[in-house]
Amino acid sequence: MITELLITLAKILFIIGVTVGFFAPILTWVERKQSAIMQDRIGANRADILGFTALGLFHAIADALKMFTKEDFIPEGANKILHTLSPIIAVIPAILTFAVVPFGGVYNLFGREVNLVISDLDVGLLFVFAIASIATYGYVIAGWSSNNNWSLLGSMRTASQMISYEVTMGLTIIGVLMVYGSMRLTEIGAIQEDFSRWGIFLQPLGFLMFLTAAIAENKRIPFDNPEAESEIVAGYFTEYSGLKFGMFFMSEFIEMVTISAIVTILFFGAWHIPFLTTATLLSWFEILGTTGANLLVMLIHVGVFFAKVIFFIWMQMTIRWTLPRFRYDQIMKLGWKILLPLSLTNVLVTGIVILMLH
Amino acid sequence: MLDQYTGVAIMLLMAIGIAGGMVLMTSILGPKKRFADKMEPFECGESQLVSPRQRFSVKFYLVAVLFVLFDIEAVFFFPWAILFKRLGVFGFVEMLLFILILGVGLMYVWRRGGLDWE
Repeated sequence: MITELLITLAKILFIIGVTVGFFAPILTWVERKQSAIMQDRIGANRADILGFTALGLFHAIADALKMFTKEDFIPEGANKILHTLSPIIAVIPAILTFAVVPFGGVYNLFGREVNLVISDLDVGLLFVFAIASIATYGYVIAGWSSNNNWSLLGSMRTASQMISYEVTMGLTIIGVLMVYGSMRLTEIGAIQEDFSRWGIFLQPLGFLMFLTAAIAENKRIPFDNPEAESEIVAGYFTEYSGLKFGMFFMSEFIEMVTISAIVTILFFGAWHIPFLTTATLLSWFEILGTTGANLLVMLIHVGVFFAKVIFFIWMQMTIRWTLPRFRYDQIMKLGWKILLPLSLTNVLVTGIVILMLH
Repeated sequence: MLDQYTGVAIMLLMAIGIAGGMVLMTSILGPKKRFADKMEPFECGESQLVSPRQRFSVKFYLVAVLFVLFDIEAVFFFPWAILFKRLGVFGFVEMLLFILILGVGLMYVWRRGGLDWE
Protein backbone atom coordinates (compact mmCIF):
# COMPACT_ATOMS: atom_id res chain seq x y z
CA MET A 1 0.00 0.00 0.00
CA ILE A 2 2.67 2.48 1.10
CA THR A 3 5.03 1.34 -1.67
CA GLU A 4 2.29 1.73 -4.25
CA LEU A 5 1.54 5.21 -3.01
CA LEU A 6 5.23 6.06 -3.21
CA ILE A 7 5.45 4.69 -6.77
CA THR A 8 2.39 6.74 -7.76
CA LEU A 9 3.94 9.83 -6.18
CA ALA A 10 7.19 9.23 -8.05
CA LYS A 11 5.32 8.95 -11.34
CA ILE A 12 3.34 12.13 -10.63
CA LEU A 13 6.52 14.03 -9.78
CA PHE A 14 8.13 12.75 -12.98
CA ILE A 15 5.19 13.81 -15.15
CA ILE A 16 4.83 17.22 -13.51
CA GLY A 17 8.57 17.70 -13.76
CA VAL A 18 8.55 16.83 -17.45
CA THR A 19 5.51 18.93 -18.38
CA VAL A 20 5.59 21.95 -16.08
CA GLY A 21 9.31 21.93 -15.34
CA PHE A 22 10.73 20.98 -18.72
CA PHE A 23 8.36 21.24 -21.69
CA ALA A 24 6.47 24.40 -20.69
CA PRO A 25 9.54 26.66 -20.25
CA ILE A 26 11.65 25.05 -22.99
CA LEU A 27 8.89 25.25 -25.59
CA THR A 28 8.68 29.05 -25.25
CA TRP A 29 12.29 29.11 -26.43
CA VAL A 30 11.81 26.36 -29.03
CA GLU A 31 8.90 28.24 -30.56
CA ARG A 32 10.98 31.39 -31.01
CA LYS A 33 14.04 29.51 -32.17
CA GLN A 34 12.09 27.48 -34.71
CA SER A 35 10.39 30.56 -36.12
CA ALA A 36 13.82 32.16 -36.37
CA ILE A 37 15.22 29.19 -38.27
CA MET A 38 12.21 28.99 -40.57
CA GLN A 39 12.40 32.72 -41.32
CA ASP A 40 16.18 32.71 -41.73
CA ARG A 41 16.85 34.79 -38.63
CA ILE A 42 19.29 34.11 -35.82
CA GLY A 43 16.66 34.23 -33.13
CA ALA A 44 16.61 33.98 -29.38
CA ASN A 45 20.29 33.55 -28.47
CA ARG A 46 21.18 36.56 -26.33
CA ALA A 47 20.38 35.60 -22.75
CA ASP A 48 23.57 34.46 -21.06
CA ILE A 49 24.95 33.48 -17.70
CA LEU A 50 28.58 34.64 -17.32
CA GLY A 51 28.97 34.71 -21.09
CA PHE A 52 27.55 31.24 -21.72
CA THR A 53 24.51 31.40 -23.95
CA ALA A 54 23.85 27.66 -24.45
CA LEU A 55 22.13 28.39 -27.80
CA GLY A 56 19.84 30.80 -25.96
CA LEU A 57 18.35 28.16 -23.69
CA PHE A 58 18.60 30.60 -20.79
CA HIS A 59 15.80 32.59 -22.40
CA ALA A 60 13.43 30.12 -20.78
CA ILE A 61 14.77 31.04 -17.33
CA ALA A 62 14.85 34.74 -18.17
CA ASP A 63 11.22 34.61 -19.30
CA ALA A 64 10.11 32.86 -16.14
CA LEU A 65 11.98 35.37 -13.92
CA LYS A 66 10.57 38.30 -15.86
CA MET A 67 7.01 37.06 -15.61
CA PHE A 68 7.31 36.45 -11.87
CA THR A 69 8.46 39.99 -11.22
CA LYS A 70 6.00 41.84 -13.46
CA GLU A 71 3.07 43.71 -11.99
CA ASP A 72 -0.11 41.71 -11.61
CA PHE A 73 -2.53 44.10 -13.28
CA ILE A 74 -6.29 44.02 -12.78
CA PRO A 75 -8.17 46.75 -14.67
CA GLU A 76 -10.80 49.03 -13.18
CA GLY A 77 -14.22 47.45 -13.06
CA ALA A 78 -12.95 43.92 -13.57
CA ASN A 79 -14.29 41.11 -11.46
CA LYS A 80 -11.22 40.55 -9.26
CA ILE A 81 -12.07 37.04 -8.10
CA LEU A 82 -12.91 35.66 -11.54
CA HIS A 83 -9.99 37.53 -13.11
CA THR A 84 -7.63 35.74 -10.72
CA LEU A 85 -9.41 32.41 -10.91
CA SER A 86 -9.51 31.99 -14.68
CA PRO A 87 -5.79 31.32 -15.32
CA ILE A 88 -5.96 28.72 -12.54
CA ILE A 89 -8.94 27.07 -14.24
CA ALA A 90 -7.02 27.09 -17.52
CA VAL A 91 -3.84 25.50 -16.13
CA ILE A 92 -5.26 22.74 -13.91
CA PRO A 93 -6.95 20.70 -16.70
CA ALA A 94 -3.83 20.98 -18.84
CA ILE A 95 -1.75 19.32 -16.09
CA LEU A 96 -4.47 16.92 -14.95
CA THR A 97 -5.05 15.26 -18.35
CA PHE A 98 -1.58 13.75 -18.02
CA ALA A 99 -2.81 11.57 -15.16
CA VAL A 100 -4.10 8.96 -17.63
CA VAL A 101 -1.41 9.29 -20.30
CA PRO A 102 0.89 6.25 -20.20
CA PHE A 103 4.54 6.98 -20.96
CA GLY A 104 5.67 3.37 -21.03
CA GLY A 105 4.44 -0.18 -20.69
CA VAL A 106 4.35 -2.58 -17.74
CA TYR A 107 7.74 -3.65 -16.33
CA ASN A 108 8.76 -6.19 -13.78
CA LEU A 109 11.02 -4.32 -11.38
CA PHE A 110 12.24 -5.90 -8.12
CA GLY A 111 9.49 -8.52 -8.28
CA ARG A 112 6.80 -5.87 -8.68
CA GLU A 113 4.71 -4.98 -11.71
CA VAL A 114 5.26 -1.30 -12.45
CA ASN A 115 2.79 0.27 -14.86
CA LEU A 116 4.09 3.55 -16.25
CA VAL A 117 0.86 5.50 -15.97
CA ILE A 118 -0.35 7.51 -12.99
CA SER A 119 -3.95 6.29 -13.08
CA ASP A 120 -4.84 3.44 -15.40
CA LEU A 121 -8.49 4.45 -15.83
CA ASP A 122 -10.81 2.25 -17.89
CA VAL A 123 -12.37 5.44 -19.31
CA GLY A 124 -8.97 6.99 -20.05
CA LEU A 125 -9.73 8.71 -23.32
CA LEU A 126 -13.09 10.00 -22.12
CA PHE A 127 -11.32 11.39 -19.04
CA VAL A 128 -8.91 13.30 -21.27
CA PHE A 129 -11.76 14.89 -23.22
CA ALA A 130 -13.84 15.60 -20.13
CA ILE A 131 -11.01 17.31 -18.26
CA ALA A 132 -9.63 19.15 -21.29
CA SER A 133 -13.02 20.72 -22.00
CA ILE A 134 -13.10 22.29 -18.52
CA ALA A 135 -10.34 24.62 -19.71
CA THR A 136 -12.92 26.34 -21.94
CA TYR A 137 -14.41 27.88 -18.78
CA GLY A 138 -11.05 29.39 -17.89
CA TYR A 139 -10.74 31.16 -21.24
CA VAL A 140 -14.36 32.33 -21.39
CA ILE A 141 -14.33 33.63 -17.81
CA ALA A 142 -10.99 35.35 -18.46
CA GLY A 143 -12.47 37.34 -21.33
CA TRP A 144 -15.68 38.21 -19.60
CA SER A 145 -14.22 39.21 -16.24
CA SER A 146 -11.68 41.67 -17.72
CA ASN A 147 -14.26 44.40 -18.42
CA ASN A 148 -12.69 44.91 -21.83
CA ASN A 149 -14.41 44.79 -25.20
CA TRP A 150 -11.54 43.02 -26.95
CA SER A 151 -11.44 40.39 -24.25
CA LEU A 152 -15.16 39.85 -24.54
CA LEU A 153 -14.91 39.34 -28.30
CA GLY A 154 -12.04 36.94 -27.75
CA SER A 155 -13.91 34.92 -25.15
CA MET A 156 -16.99 34.67 -27.38
CA ARG A 157 -14.85 33.41 -30.22
CA THR A 158 -13.18 30.96 -27.86
CA ALA A 159 -16.48 29.63 -26.63
CA SER A 160 -17.95 28.97 -30.04
CA GLN A 161 -14.72 27.62 -31.54
CA MET A 162 -13.88 25.32 -28.66
CA ILE A 163 -17.33 23.79 -28.37
CA SER A 164 -17.54 23.30 -32.13
CA TYR A 165 -14.27 21.45 -32.29
CA GLU A 166 -14.95 19.45 -29.16
CA VAL A 167 -17.74 17.66 -31.01
CA THR A 168 -15.49 16.94 -33.96
CA MET A 169 -12.60 15.84 -31.78
CA GLY A 170 -14.87 13.39 -29.97
CA LEU A 171 -16.22 11.96 -33.22
CA THR A 172 -12.87 11.61 -34.97
CA ILE A 173 -11.54 9.09 -32.47
CA ILE A 174 -14.64 6.86 -32.55
CA GLY A 175 -12.99 4.95 -35.41
CA VAL A 176 -9.92 4.31 -33.25
CA LEU A 177 -12.10 3.05 -30.40
CA MET A 178 -13.93 0.70 -32.79
CA VAL A 179 -10.64 -0.74 -34.06
CA TYR A 180 -9.06 -1.26 -30.63
CA GLY A 181 -12.22 -1.93 -28.63
CA SER A 182 -10.94 -0.08 -25.56
CA MET A 183 -10.76 3.38 -24.05
CA ARG A 184 -7.91 2.41 -21.73
CA LEU A 185 -4.88 4.23 -23.12
CA THR A 186 -2.46 1.61 -21.75
CA GLU A 187 -4.37 -1.11 -23.59
CA ILE A 188 -4.45 0.85 -26.85
CA GLY A 189 -0.71 1.37 -26.48
CA ALA A 190 -0.06 -2.31 -25.73
CA ILE A 191 -2.00 -3.50 -28.80
CA GLN A 192 0.28 -1.44 -31.03
CA GLU A 193 3.30 -3.58 -30.19
CA ASP A 194 2.43 -5.16 -33.55
CA PHE A 195 3.67 -2.68 -36.17
CA SER A 196 0.88 -3.55 -38.62
CA ARG A 197 -1.70 -2.50 -36.02
CA TRP A 198 -0.47 1.06 -35.53
CA GLY A 199 -3.34 3.53 -35.62
CA ILE A 200 -1.94 5.43 -38.56
CA PHE A 201 -2.41 2.37 -40.81
CA LEU A 202 -5.84 1.48 -39.48
CA GLN A 203 -7.22 5.02 -39.21
CA PRO A 204 -5.23 7.37 -41.47
CA LEU A 205 -8.18 9.72 -41.99
CA GLY A 206 -8.90 9.62 -38.27
CA PHE A 207 -5.34 10.79 -37.57
CA LEU A 208 -5.55 13.78 -39.92
CA MET A 209 -8.94 14.83 -38.60
CA PHE A 210 -7.96 14.37 -34.96
CA LEU A 211 -4.78 16.41 -35.36
CA THR A 212 -6.70 19.22 -37.09
CA ALA A 213 -9.45 19.26 -34.47
CA ALA A 214 -6.93 19.08 -31.63
CA ILE A 215 -4.90 22.04 -32.94
CA ALA A 216 -8.14 23.99 -33.35
CA GLU A 217 -9.15 23.06 -29.81
CA ASN A 218 -5.80 24.33 -28.56
CA LYS A 219 -6.39 27.63 -30.42
CA ARG A 220 -3.03 27.67 -32.15
CA ILE A 221 -2.37 29.18 -35.56
CA PRO A 222 -4.03 28.61 -38.07
CA PHE A 223 -6.96 28.50 -35.64
CA ASP A 224 -5.91 31.28 -33.27
CA ASN A 225 -8.87 33.61 -33.85
CA PRO A 226 -9.70 33.87 -30.12
CA GLU A 227 -6.42 35.71 -29.61
CA ALA A 228 -5.89 37.12 -33.12
CA GLU A 229 -3.46 39.94 -32.37
CA SER A 230 -4.07 41.79 -35.63
CA GLU A 231 -7.84 41.86 -35.11
CA ILE A 232 -8.72 41.97 -31.42
CA VAL A 233 -5.44 42.98 -29.71
CA ALA A 234 -4.84 39.77 -27.76
CA GLY A 235 -8.32 38.38 -27.35
CA TYR A 236 -9.29 36.95 -24.02
CA PHE A 237 -5.98 37.73 -22.26
CA THR A 238 -5.67 41.38 -23.31
CA GLU A 239 -5.90 42.50 -19.68
CA TYR A 240 -3.55 39.90 -18.26
CA SER A 241 0.03 40.57 -17.25
CA GLY A 242 2.84 38.88 -15.44
CA LEU A 243 2.61 35.23 -14.59
CA LYS A 244 -1.17 35.16 -15.00
CA PHE A 245 -0.59 35.86 -18.67
CA GLY A 246 2.20 33.31 -18.61
CA MET A 247 -0.17 30.71 -17.20
CA PHE A 248 -2.38 30.93 -20.29
CA PHE A 249 0.69 30.36 -22.39
CA MET A 250 1.83 27.56 -20.15
CA SER A 251 -1.50 25.77 -20.50
CA GLU A 252 -1.28 26.16 -24.28
CA PHE A 253 2.17 24.60 -24.36
CA ILE A 254 1.25 21.78 -21.98
CA GLU A 255 -1.83 21.05 -24.07
CA MET A 256 0.44 20.88 -27.09
CA VAL A 257 2.43 18.16 -25.30
CA THR A 258 -0.82 16.39 -24.37
CA ILE A 259 -2.02 16.43 -27.99
CA SER A 260 1.31 15.03 -29.14
CA ALA A 261 1.16 12.32 -26.46
CA ILE A 262 -2.40 11.32 -27.36
CA VAL A 263 -1.55 11.26 -31.07
CA THR A 264 1.49 9.11 -30.32
CA ILE A 265 -0.53 6.67 -28.24
CA LEU A 266 -3.53 6.42 -30.56
CA PHE A 267 -1.84 6.46 -33.94
CA PHE A 268 1.91 6.00 -33.70
CA GLY A 269 2.53 2.94 -31.60
CA ALA A 270 2.89 4.65 -28.21
CA TRP A 271 6.20 3.55 -26.65
CA HIS A 272 6.92 0.73 -29.13
CA ILE A 273 9.69 0.55 -31.71
CA PRO A 274 8.54 -0.88 -35.07
CA PHE A 275 9.26 -4.63 -35.45
CA LEU A 276 10.85 -4.80 -31.98
CA THR A 277 8.58 -6.42 -29.41
CA THR A 278 9.19 -6.00 -25.71
CA ALA A 279 10.04 -9.69 -25.47
CA THR A 280 12.80 -9.35 -28.10
CA LEU A 281 14.26 -6.36 -26.31
CA LEU A 282 14.15 -8.22 -22.99
CA SER A 283 15.92 -11.23 -24.50
CA TRP A 284 18.74 -9.00 -25.73
CA PHE A 285 19.47 -7.73 -22.24
CA GLU A 286 18.86 -11.08 -20.52
CA ILE A 287 22.40 -11.01 -19.19
CA LEU A 288 21.52 -8.14 -16.82
CA GLY A 289 18.96 -10.19 -14.88
CA THR A 290 15.21 -9.62 -14.79
CA THR A 291 15.25 -6.26 -13.03
CA GLY A 292 18.23 -4.92 -14.94
CA ALA A 293 16.82 -5.92 -18.32
CA ASN A 294 13.39 -4.53 -17.44
CA LEU A 295 14.93 -1.30 -16.22
CA LEU A 296 16.88 -0.85 -19.43
CA VAL A 297 13.87 -1.67 -21.62
CA MET A 298 11.80 0.77 -19.55
CA LEU A 299 14.33 3.55 -20.16
CA ILE A 300 14.38 2.78 -23.89
CA HIS A 301 10.58 2.81 -24.10
CA VAL A 302 10.22 6.07 -22.19
CA GLY A 303 12.89 7.57 -24.43
CA VAL A 304 11.14 6.36 -27.59
CA PHE A 305 7.80 7.68 -26.35
CA PHE A 306 9.13 11.15 -25.62
CA ALA A 307 11.07 11.18 -28.90
CA LYS A 308 7.78 10.62 -30.72
CA VAL A 309 6.08 13.28 -28.60
CA ILE A 310 8.84 15.76 -29.43
CA PHE A 311 8.43 14.95 -33.12
CA PHE A 312 4.75 15.87 -33.00
CA ILE A 313 5.48 19.04 -31.04
CA TRP A 314 7.91 19.96 -33.80
CA MET A 315 5.22 19.21 -36.36
CA GLN A 316 2.69 21.47 -34.62
CA MET A 317 5.27 24.25 -34.45
CA THR A 318 6.05 23.86 -38.15
CA ILE A 319 2.33 24.07 -38.94
CA ARG A 320 2.08 27.16 -36.75
CA TRP A 321 4.85 29.01 -38.57
CA THR A 322 3.81 27.85 -42.04
CA LEU A 323 0.11 28.64 -42.31
CA PRO A 324 -1.65 32.02 -42.08
CA ARG A 325 -4.67 32.47 -39.83
CA PHE A 326 -8.00 31.26 -41.19
CA ARG A 327 -11.01 33.52 -41.27
CA TYR A 328 -13.56 32.87 -38.58
CA ASP A 329 -16.30 31.64 -40.92
CA GLN A 330 -13.76 29.31 -42.54
CA ILE A 331 -12.97 27.78 -39.15
CA MET A 332 -16.64 27.23 -38.41
CA LYS A 333 -17.19 25.81 -41.88
CA LEU A 334 -14.27 23.42 -41.51
CA GLY A 335 -15.56 22.20 -38.18
CA TRP A 336 -19.26 21.78 -38.90
CA LYS A 337 -19.50 21.26 -42.65
CA ILE A 338 -16.36 19.29 -43.43
CA LEU A 339 -14.91 17.55 -40.38
CA LEU A 340 -18.23 16.56 -38.78
CA PRO A 341 -19.75 14.79 -41.84
CA LEU A 342 -16.34 13.35 -42.70
CA SER A 343 -15.87 11.89 -39.23
CA LEU A 344 -19.36 10.34 -39.33
CA THR A 345 -18.49 8.81 -42.71
CA ASN A 346 -15.24 7.55 -41.23
CA VAL A 347 -17.19 5.82 -38.47
CA LEU A 348 -19.53 4.18 -41.01
CA VAL A 349 -16.70 3.03 -43.30
CA THR A 350 -14.71 1.68 -40.35
CA GLY A 351 -17.82 -0.18 -39.19
CA ILE A 352 -18.45 -1.74 -42.60
CA VAL A 353 -14.80 -2.80 -42.99
CA ILE A 354 -14.68 -4.36 -39.51
CA LEU A 355 -17.95 -6.20 -40.14
CA MET A 356 -16.67 -7.53 -43.45
CA LEU A 357 -13.42 -8.77 -41.91
CA HIS A 358 -15.16 -10.61 -39.08
CA MET B 1 -4.46 -2.12 -4.26
CA LEU B 2 -4.97 1.60 -4.55
CA ASP B 3 -8.18 2.92 -5.96
CA GLN B 4 -7.59 3.87 -9.58
CA TYR B 5 -8.62 7.46 -8.95
CA THR B 6 -6.12 8.02 -6.11
CA GLY B 7 -3.46 9.12 -8.58
CA VAL B 8 -5.89 11.52 -10.25
CA ALA B 9 -6.79 13.01 -6.87
CA ILE B 10 -3.14 13.55 -5.88
CA MET B 11 -2.43 15.02 -9.30
CA LEU B 12 -5.42 17.37 -8.97
CA LEU B 13 -4.18 18.61 -5.59
CA MET B 14 -0.69 19.19 -7.00
CA ALA B 15 -2.08 21.01 -10.05
CA ILE B 16 -4.16 23.25 -7.79
CA GLY B 17 -1.06 23.85 -5.69
CA ILE B 18 1.08 24.78 -8.68
CA ALA B 19 -1.54 27.05 -10.26
CA GLY B 20 -2.48 28.68 -6.96
CA GLY B 21 1.15 29.11 -6.00
CA MET B 22 1.95 30.81 -9.29
CA VAL B 23 -0.90 33.31 -8.93
CA LEU B 24 0.11 33.96 -5.31
CA MET B 25 3.78 34.46 -6.23
CA THR B 26 3.08 36.88 -9.06
CA SER B 27 0.73 38.96 -6.92
CA ILE B 28 3.31 39.14 -4.11
CA LEU B 29 6.50 39.61 -6.14
CA GLY B 30 5.36 42.17 -8.71
CA PRO B 31 5.46 45.93 -8.15
CA LYS B 32 2.21 47.77 -7.49
CA LYS B 33 1.76 51.27 -8.85
CA ARG B 34 -1.84 52.35 -9.27
CA PHE B 35 -3.03 55.54 -10.94
CA ALA B 36 -6.32 56.30 -12.62
CA ASP B 37 -5.20 56.39 -16.26
CA LYS B 38 -3.40 53.10 -16.00
CA MET B 39 -6.25 51.24 -14.41
CA GLU B 40 -8.54 51.88 -17.38
CA PRO B 41 -9.29 48.83 -19.50
CA PHE B 42 -7.30 48.83 -22.74
CA GLU B 43 -9.07 50.18 -25.78
CA CYS B 44 -6.39 51.34 -28.23
CA GLY B 45 -5.72 54.56 -26.37
CA GLU B 46 -9.34 55.60 -26.06
CA SER B 47 -11.40 55.63 -22.93
CA GLN B 48 -13.94 52.88 -23.09
CA LEU B 49 -16.73 53.85 -25.48
CA VAL B 50 -19.14 51.06 -24.65
CA SER B 51 -19.15 48.91 -21.58
CA PRO B 52 -18.71 45.22 -22.28
CA ARG B 53 -21.12 44.59 -19.42
CA GLN B 54 -24.22 45.60 -21.34
CA ARG B 55 -26.48 43.00 -22.91
CA PHE B 56 -25.23 41.67 -26.21
CA SER B 57 -26.67 39.31 -28.76
CA VAL B 58 -24.98 35.95 -28.64
CA LYS B 59 -24.76 35.10 -32.33
CA PHE B 60 -23.56 31.61 -31.79
CA TYR B 61 -26.30 30.42 -29.46
CA LEU B 62 -27.34 28.08 -32.27
CA VAL B 63 -23.83 26.62 -32.25
CA ALA B 64 -24.18 26.05 -28.53
CA VAL B 65 -27.48 24.22 -29.01
CA LEU B 66 -25.97 22.11 -31.79
CA PHE B 67 -22.99 21.41 -29.57
CA VAL B 68 -25.21 19.92 -26.88
CA LEU B 69 -26.95 17.78 -29.48
CA PHE B 70 -23.87 16.45 -31.20
CA ASP B 71 -21.76 16.09 -28.08
CA ILE B 72 -24.42 13.83 -26.64
CA GLU B 73 -24.30 11.93 -29.91
CA ALA B 74 -20.54 11.58 -29.51
CA VAL B 75 -20.99 10.33 -25.94
CA PHE B 76 -23.50 7.75 -27.21
CA PHE B 77 -20.91 6.66 -29.74
CA PHE B 78 -18.23 5.92 -27.15
CA PRO B 79 -19.75 2.81 -25.47
CA TRP B 80 -21.09 1.62 -28.82
CA ALA B 81 -17.64 1.87 -30.40
CA ILE B 82 -16.04 -0.09 -27.55
CA LEU B 83 -18.58 -2.92 -27.87
CA PHE B 84 -18.78 -2.70 -31.66
CA LYS B 85 -17.19 -6.08 -32.39
CA ARG B 86 -19.48 -7.83 -29.91
CA LEU B 87 -22.69 -6.12 -31.08
CA GLY B 88 -22.05 -7.12 -34.69
CA VAL B 89 -24.42 -6.32 -37.55
CA PHE B 90 -27.37 -5.58 -35.26
CA GLY B 91 -25.50 -2.84 -33.39
CA PHE B 92 -24.22 -1.41 -36.63
CA VAL B 93 -27.71 -1.10 -38.17
CA GLU B 94 -29.04 0.46 -34.97
CA MET B 95 -26.27 3.06 -35.01
CA LEU B 96 -26.85 3.63 -38.73
CA LEU B 97 -30.43 4.64 -37.96
CA PHE B 98 -29.21 6.90 -35.14
CA ILE B 99 -26.69 8.60 -37.43
CA LEU B 100 -29.33 8.97 -40.14
CA ILE B 101 -31.76 10.69 -37.80
CA LEU B 102 -29.06 13.08 -36.60
CA GLY B 103 -27.84 13.50 -40.17
CA VAL B 104 -31.31 14.66 -41.20
CA GLY B 105 -31.16 17.17 -38.34
CA LEU B 106 -27.75 18.37 -39.44
CA MET B 107 -28.93 18.71 -43.06
CA TYR B 108 -31.95 20.73 -41.86
CA VAL B 109 -29.79 23.18 -39.90
CA TRP B 110 -27.36 23.34 -42.81
CA ARG B 111 -30.05 24.13 -45.39
CA ARG B 112 -31.68 26.71 -43.12
CA GLY B 113 -28.35 28.52 -42.91
CA GLY B 114 -27.76 27.83 -39.22
CA LEU B 115 -24.09 27.04 -39.88
CA ASP B 116 -23.39 30.12 -41.98
CA TRP B 117 -21.52 33.13 -40.62
CA GLU B 118 -21.88 36.64 -41.87
